[in-house]
Amino acid sequence: MARFILKRLVQSIFVMLAVAFLAFSLFRFVGDPISQMTGVETSVEDQERLREELGLNDPFVVQFIRFTGDILRGDFGYSFRTREPIDEMLLTRLPATLELGTVALMISLVAGIPAGVYTALRPRGIFSQSILIGTLIGVSIPTFVIGILLIFLFGVQLGWLPTYGRGGTVEIGWWRSSFLTVEGWRSLVLPALTLGLFQLTLTMRLVRAQMMEVMRTDHIRFAIARGVPWRSIRYRHALANTMIPVITIIGLQFGGVIAFSIVTESVFQWPGMGLLFLESIRFVDIPVMSVYLVVIAFFFVLINLLVDLLYFAIDPRLRVRESA
Amino acid sequence: MLTRLVQSEGIWLFTRSPAAMLAAVVTIVIVTGALFAPWIAPTDPYDLSSFSLIDGLLPPAWEEGADPRFLLGTDDQGRDLLSSILYGARLSLGIAAVAMAVALVLGVSLGLAAGYLGGRFDAVVMRIADVQLALPAILTALLIDGISRGILPAALHDDLRLAVITLAIALSLWVNFARTARASVFVERNKDYVSAAIMMGQHPVRIMLRHILPNIVGPLLVIATVDLASAILLEATLSFLGVGLPADSPSLGTLIRIGMQYLLSGEWWILWIPTVFLVVLVVAINLLGDFLRDLFNPSLR
Repeated sequence: MARFILKRLVQSIFVMLAVAFLAFSLFRFVGDPISQMTGVETSVEDQERLREELGLNDPFVVQFIRFTGDILRGDFGYSFRTREPIDEMLLTRLPATLELGTVALMISLVAGIPAGVYTALRPRGIFSQSILIGTLIGVSIPTFVIGILLIFLFGVQLGWLPTYGRGGTVEIGWWRSSFLTVEGWRSLVLPALTLGLFQLTLTMRLVRAQMMEVMRTDHIRFAIARGVPWRSIRYRHALANTMIPVITIIGLQFGGVIAFSIVTESVFQWPGMGLLFLESIRFVDIPVMSVYLVVIAFFFVLINLLVDLLYFAIDPRLRVRESA
Repeated sequence: MLTRLVQSEGIWLFTRSPAAMLAAVVTIVIVTGALFAPWIAPTDPYDLSSFSLIDGLLPPAWEEGADPRFLLGTDDQGRDLLSSILYGARLSLGIAAVAMAVALVLGVSLGLAAGYLGGRFDAVVMRIADVQLALPAILTALLIDGISRGILPAALHDDLRLAVITLAIALSLWVNFARTARASVFVERNKDYVSAAIMMGQHPVRIMLRHILPNIVGPLLVIATVDLASAILLEATLSFLGVGLPADSPSLGTLIRIGMQYLLSGEWWILWIPTVFLVVLVVAINLLGDFLRDLFNPSLR
């Protein structure tokens, strides 16, 4: 167990180093930082002095180590565009994206898992068939169109829900939360649905495939032959084995949620990290882009590490193999 | 072998699948319309002299107060919406098709080489593929676009917009092709006919292209169809986010982005007609992809 955890930890650290290297190369070689920071009126001597002061003339390795050290200490530097410190920009926007992503993931799991199990157990039913056709159309509709549709339906036509920004938020320390006010929850509904619907089709298809696979395995056939009641076969024997990969699904979906939150945040003007990243691309704000990359990769690695550990805790077969 | 399969079973199955036939008809109509847009479209939306503000915001022909000259109505500038959509679809489909082709060539060559050579080359290519698979395509495409903006001077970047977008989409779609090609090499490499070809001293490139590649034409066709739909969606999303094509040469995504300004007004057609057009196109291509997948994977039938 300890060896397994240690191995995964070391792997994760190497992945993070690789990402940091990528982000550093982006920051250092895409465009000249000095020409971004100074105007035309700055003399060449001043530019050279600034270059020396910022350590841009140091050897590559020294610069990379300094960059990594700064990031580890939480010092992310300054944005080229707004001149604000990036760590502050991130801290104000991180809660918005995390809350949106969490609710979207919940929608995807709470609706997707039962739908997947149902369509696997009754593949020929009319209801299952319509769900499956629905997911095919769902995959074909881009996220931004789903967002526009929801805004049009619930915001413009019915006027039930707000379609813009986060509404009421409450600050707990630096964390600005939508979860504590009614207005905040109302603002959350449409963006979270938009983000969750696409993931939902994914969850459903994966759970369905897994469940159908499990139903064909020997231990289920033996259970049928033994005369175990259907209810028990389906919801105890089969479901338990279906649920193990669901943990992996959560890990996989995290990437999708992060990526599509860029689109969703743009449609709903949700002040999160995705919108920040989009702005940084439009204005070629390289430091913000590279920090975004590092932060997203960190969450990626962290979640995958947790998924692996959970796997280990839940699936007894893995533990047996490890100790043998 | 492939042609025989398609001729016999494929056509027969095709005539028994109404969804696939409908999808094929829709796809052919849209692709033809897009391809021949300059000859079919009533006006040229890029030609500033072909439209005037007097015709602005006219509804589609079946609505009250419409002008029969504009079948699907006009935008605020007086541009014919049908022409804009046809020209937009031409751009969208063109970018998607080229991006898909680049991804196919890149992915298949890397996959074949990785599977055949094995060893370190294989390990490096597959690690890169793993990382890319974890990163969703839209994020990869955005990153590539951002980096190109940083490297290229602003004026040059505007000129190369089309190429940058195409490349960004291609580089986010190559992984599926590479994995399929590599997997098939592992299956075929140890078969007798490949060993025979090796013993006859044939060049590895020839073995890969002449002996191994023909075995995966089916799966590759399925991936290409599905990826074409993904490429169209990616381009539309990038343009919608405002990092794709500019407003003076609008693709379908740009048209939807412009139409968003009319979400709150009565001019519904400016937003909804391009949106429905895009969704219908992608659904049709995905349906074709599903049909092809069932065709080449008989166990699912």
